[in-house]
Formats: sequence, structure tokens, C-alpha cells
Amino acid sequence: MIRVVLPAHLRTLARVEGEVSLEVDGEVTQLSVLDALERRYPMLRGTIRDQVTHRRRAFVRFFAGGEDLSHEPPDAPLPDAVASGQEPLRVVGAMAGGRGTPATARP
Amino acid sequence: MSAIRVLVGTRKGAFVLTSDGKRERWETSGPHFGGWEIYHVKGSPADPDRLYASQSSGWHGQVIQVSKDGGRSWEPAGNKFVYDGVPGTHQWYDGTPHPWEFARVWHLEPSPTDPDTVFAGVEDAALFRSTDGGQNWTELSGLRGHDTGSSWQPGAGGMCLHTILLDPRTPGRMFVAISAAGAFRSDDEGRTWRPVNRGLRSEQIPDADAEVGHCVHRIAMHPARPSVLFMQKHWDVMRSDDAGLSWTEVSGNLPSDFGFPIDVHAHEPDTVYVVPIKSDHEHYPPEGKLRVYRSRTGGGEWEALTRGLPQSDCYVNVLRDAMTVDSLDPCGVYFGTTGGQVYGSRDGGDSWAPIVRDLPAVLSVEVQTLP
Repeated sequence: MIRVVLPAHLRTLARVEGEVSLEVDGEVTQLSVLDALERRYPMLRGTIRDQVTHRRRAFVRFFAGGEDLSHEPPDAPLPDAVASGQEPLRVVGAMAGGRGTPATARP
Repeated sequence: MSAIRVLVGTRKGAFVLTSDGKRERWETSGPHFGGWEIYHVKGSPADPDRLYASQSSGWHGQVIQVSKDGGRSWEPAGNKFVYDGVPGTHQWYDGTPHPWEFARVWHLEPSPTDPDTVFAGVEDAALFRSTDGGQNWTELSGLRGHDTGSSWQPGAGGMCLHTILLDPRTPGRMFVAISAAGAFRSDDEGRTWRPVNRGLRSEQIPDADAEVGHCVHRIAMHPARPSVLFMQKHWDVMRSDDAGLSWTEVSGNLPSDFGFPIDVHAHEPDTVYVVPIKSDHEHYPPEGKLRVYRSRTGGGEWEALTRGLPQSDCYVNVLRDAMTVDSLDPCGVYFGTTGGQVYGSRDGGDSWAPIVRDLPAVLSVEVQTLP
């Protein structure tokens, strides 16, 4: 099982408490984990990444094992510790956020 | 006995204020969606228990929430707002081309006849419609595709479509307003559009009388007389007697003709309310006095309404979607401030009292008059 920690706002939206555990088919990547997350919690579509381009939103970051994975390619394998369920993938709202911000992350 | 439900959107959540028809004692529920910006909450005229809310944040973007029980419970609906075709560009603040990018929903306008049909005005300016209770959204792209679309530019709050008026008398007719493009009218249910800005003058654009480019802040109509429109522009209060084809200024004796909201009395089509704001830089009331101004002559002559409102050291703003009227008699008038107060009047504006104070900054106020 893959473990995902969501920020508080998204836990409220998805009506979950604590970590989320997901079955992920095939290789464990940002893409496959987010696909599984959004299948299970459709209300999260568009809140972490753009629904069409799948680009990460500008003020959302992905951390695991003390590393920032936000800028890794979405189809790159996640660290073994995440793939084995030893470590959670942490979806984090950036320290800076709020208004007047671009809707999606730019390349 | 009738009841009143006031729907308040704030910077950090939604609140529902309820009272019986006396409008003396109010109960507050909320915050709903705490921590999120709630640009607008509005109920369906066809089913008052059906509410739509626009929930957004800089972190997580847009969510649409729907309630089927008058706001006691909510379910997230569809939030996929995709522009039709290749979106192209509009003007950026500096006049350079800038790609159309969806940011948020500013205004939700439910159909008067079908609880499942609702229009959404969005930033960057476009009009969307859902016919399945907010699950799926389709752009009415004839508006953004208007010949002038590439010349529209953002107002200070972004390039937002903030006003949607559905004409209850003329089938297929609707009005929208965009900052800073102006007012537009459709006579075919939103398929095609024409700018309706003749008579507006804006010194902030190269041609002050241009067909588009005006920063219209709000338009209001009385449902019994929808060919008469009232407008609060960036500067100037305007009136049209021909469904927007031409406008004349009715600022009259207002202490400032800058402001955001404008609304019309429920039973008197020539009674209009505005909240003068000092200037486009100073977003607070002149002289630190929070005054609603009322015209009983359809504009031109205005009286200050001050009883119960702070008359010294008040420096709040009242945003464009933050004023509304109920349909009881006498008419109730409500508005919310960036200081977090929601004021109500039970006597058409003669006197005011805070219904609630110390909410987060208020973005929108709507009211439902319930049987």
C-alpha cells in the first residue's frame, strides 16, 4: 500500500482523517499515485494538479523522506521507501499561498 | 411565517445567517469550508434548498459545492472549467497579450426555473453553464469569442466576469459584466453577445468612449422592469432605459461616484442603493463614514442612510457582490464589509443594525426569502 499525507484543507474536502492508503497498479510514480488518489477521492481532482494538463499546481509540493520531489518528472519512479509503504508521500501546501497566484505551475 | 436566509461568502469560509420574518434575531452557522475563499453562495429561485457555492484557494484552486438541504450539508460538485477551443489571449495590465487562464469562479447564477441549471462567471472572464446541478460545466464561448475579446484587460481584482443577470421577461436575454471589458448582452441564451457600453466614459483607457474596456463593477435590475438597468462603474453611477443599448450618468449628488455594489429595492423599481467609496486608490468610505445612499428617483438625487451605521473612523469597503435585498415588505437590505460586518435594514434602508460582526472579510452577500 502506498501512503499519502494530504494537507489539512484537502483532508477536509476528501473527508478523511490521517493518512490515506492506496493500491497503486504498476510502477509507483507521482502520476500513478495521483491517478489512484483521484480515482478514490474524485473531489480532489483539480486541487493538486490541473485536470487537463496534469501540471502540479504552483503552490503544491511533493515531499518524501526529507526530499523535495516536486520537480521530479511525474512519471519517474518514487523512492523505494514510498513504493514499499515505509514512508508516506507528503502533499504539502507551500508556505506562501493565498491570493493573486497563478492557477497552475508554469514550466 | 416567512423566514430569511442570508448567505455570506468570506475570505475564510461561508456563513449562513437565518431569522424569521421579523428579522430581529439571527442565528449564524459556519464557517462552512473554513479557510477557503468563498467568492459567492447563491440559492436557486426554483428550489430554495438548492444552494451553490464557489470555494477556492491559492493553493488548491476551484471547488464547487452544492447543498440540497438549504446549507445544512454540502457535496463537492464538478470543478472542471475548461475554455472552449484554443483560448487565445487578452490584454495584460501592461497592454501585452496574455493567455486566457482560469483562476476562479466569481459568481454563480442559478436559473429561475430549473434547480439543476446554473451559470458561472469566472476569471479570466468567461461564462460557463451547468445543466446537471454543477457536475459538468460548458463554456458559452460566444462571449469570450467576441471580436473584442483579445482587447479585454484585467481590473485590479483580475479579469473577472462578476455579474450575471437573467432577464425574466424576455426569453433568451441575459446580461453579464466584466472588469475591465464592460457590459454585454445576449438575446439568444448566451450564444452570441454584443457589448452594451454606449454612454460609458472611462479616462483610464485610450478612447474614453470605446466600445469595450470599461471597468463595470456591478449591474442591477428590477425583475418587473428588466429593460431598466443600473450600473456602478469604476467611477460613475449609470442608468440605461433601453436594456443596455445606451447609458446616462445618474451620479447626481453622491459624495463619490466610485464604488462597487448597486441594488434595487424589491418593490420600488426606482429605488436604488449604492455605497460610495472615496476613490480607486482609497477603498474606504469618504470621511470615514459608512453611508448607504438611496435614490427614490431612479438615480440623480440621492440621500445618505446613516442610522445604525458607523459615522466616524470607518475604513471598510463593500465589495461588488456584497449587497442584496429580500422581498419582504418592508424590503430588507443587506450588505457585508471587508471588516467582517454584515449589516441589515428591515425598513428599506432607513435604519441599520449589524446582523453579525467580526467575520472574515466579506466577499458576497445573498438573501433568500423563504415561505
